[in-house]
Amino acid sequence: MSNTYLKERRSESVFKALLLLSSFIIIILLFSITLTLIIESYPSIKHNGLSLLTGDIWDPVSEKYSILPFIVGTFLTSILALIISTPFSLAASLYLGEYAEGKRSSRLIKAVLDLLAGIPSIIYGFWGLMVLVPVVRKFEELIGIPPLGIGIFTASLILSIMIIPYTTSIAREVIKLVPQDIKEAAYSLGATRFEVIRDIIIPYAKSGIFAGILLSFGRAFGETMAVTMVIGNANYIPKSIFAPANTMASVIANEFAEATSDLYISTLISLGLVLLIMSLIVNSIGRFVIMKLYVK
Amino acid sequence: MNEYISSKKRERIDKIFKFSIYIITFTILIPLFLIFGFIITNGIKNISIEFLIKNPVPVGETGGGILNALIGTFILIILSSVLAIPFGITAGIYLSENSNKKYAQYISTFVDVFQGIPSIVLGIIAYVWIVLPVKKFSALSGAVALSIMMLPTIIKATEETLKMIPYSLKEAAYSLGVPYHRTILKVILPAAFSGILSGTLVSIGRISGETAPLLFTAFGSNLLEWNIFKPMNSLPLLIFNYAKSPYPEWHELAWSASLVLITIVFLFNLLASIGEKKWKIKF
Repeated sequence: MSNTYLKERRSESVFKALLLLSSFIIIILLFSITLTLIIESYPSIKHNGLSLLTGDIWDPVSEKYSILPFIVGTFLTSILALIISTPFSLAASLYLGEYAEGKRSSRLIKAVLDLLAGIPSIIYGFWGLMVLVPVVRKFEELIGIPPLGIGIFTASLILSIMIIPYTTSIAREVIKLVPQDIKEAAYSLGATRFEVIRDIIIPYAKSGIFAGILLSFGRAFGETMAVTMVIGNANYIPKSIFAPANTMASVIANEFAEATSDLYISTLISLGLVLLIMSLIVNSIGRFVIMKLYVK
Repeated sequence: MNEYISSKKRERIDKIFKFSIYIITFTILIPLFLIFGFIITNGIKNISIEFLIKNPVPVGETGGGILNALIGTFILIILSSVLAIPFGITAGIYLSENSNKKYAQYISTFVDVFQGIPSIVLGIIAYVWIVLPVKKFSALSGAVALSIMMLPTIIKATEETLKMIPYSLKEAAYSLGVPYHRTILKVILPAAFSGILSGTLVSIGRISGETAPLLFTAFGSNLLEWNIFKPMNSLPLLIFNYAKSPYPEWHELAWSASLVLITIVFLFNLLASIGEKKWKIKF
């Protein structure tokens, strides 16, 4: 009897230790991922120094590495994608969270957003290449610029479709957090729905919506395949939003498997380090803002 | 600022606003229809049994299928699931069981932040950790990258499902003298089965379409490969390679492969939502 009791006690503590241990795994992973990237990109940082960020030439053949063109390309593409997608995301989140809340018609839009969110990035890229690129080419012809079809603008268009579901789902959640009694108080004073949205919902949900946009920015700059296929893969600082370019993620995807020298690989890994740091910062801020909102 | 606006005007503004919200929202349907329309109409042409059970053929030859990529995709899914699910579930149990502790709350936030790491970065990690030391691309290295991607989703699904299970269930088990680990394994986990399963299926749906972390890990191959220590093809890799080729025949195959891939991804998502409903435990 006491023997089984002891045995049970022992397996109980083993079980608890196992649980605690596995909770470490995410810290260990995050820590070792960061450390690995720092160690592996060190040779490049040491060799290139500040010229990694100040130069504007990326030429692996003559061992000249500046990652500035890709940083510019990444920011231009993601921010343009946010500018295009935000009106749609906000409208959809107001529609789902306010106008069609609980109604049957909201199911259609929810299903549409779920489907869009489920499409793999490679398929967005392939579709973009075959369908969107010719359309953009026509458009560029029309406005009288070199009709390339590929470039930052096309990449941003694809990205904007990809991030709409993401921004919408976060914005909708925070819009739902707006207390019902404040809204009802405004209605009872004779406010129209538009006025409630403008004066109650938006001010209340502002920080959460901002966090949603920020988290979508994090999604956008890390997105690889769809961008790689339509951005045109040009390794210089883009002169316009229709110019071909490269983002940090797309240059890694394009060149990593073919990189021959150690310095070349190390420099590509340093791009991965920049991506990781950016994603950690953006996601931490975004999560923090949303967490505070829930506590409120 | 507070000038008087007639109520008629206010109502009109309200109507216009509502109308624009509806219009803008329903515009989102357009890209969805365009994407699915093109994939289905272009993809269906070459879909046949042959397409699913034959391996790719060199340029110039007609026919050829995606068997090696299909099998590769499933091997990668199984391998990453085996690596990720045990850790994901145990970590999720810990987080929900200790949700009042500061440490667990920090970890829970860490998991959220972790979810935002770009997948290409995980590809680099698997390359440095596994491909570099053995100097060979392998399916295993790809699965490691994918399993790291799956982990946060499984942890979150487990944590959130377990938190919803009423405490009375646990108390009942304790009052019968059931030790802690048996309570968790035999009472709590089975009750949470549907939530954990659906979270796992969602994460599988996500990784089955992933390309970026496989580019320099699983790498791709034209052969049917069963050995996880060798380069292996997957559907997304096949689509990528066919899409960037200059041959129209290969583009046709890429459309069909896209249709197959999207079907697989949505099947996992569908199973996830069915599973969630069917085995939902109501308290």
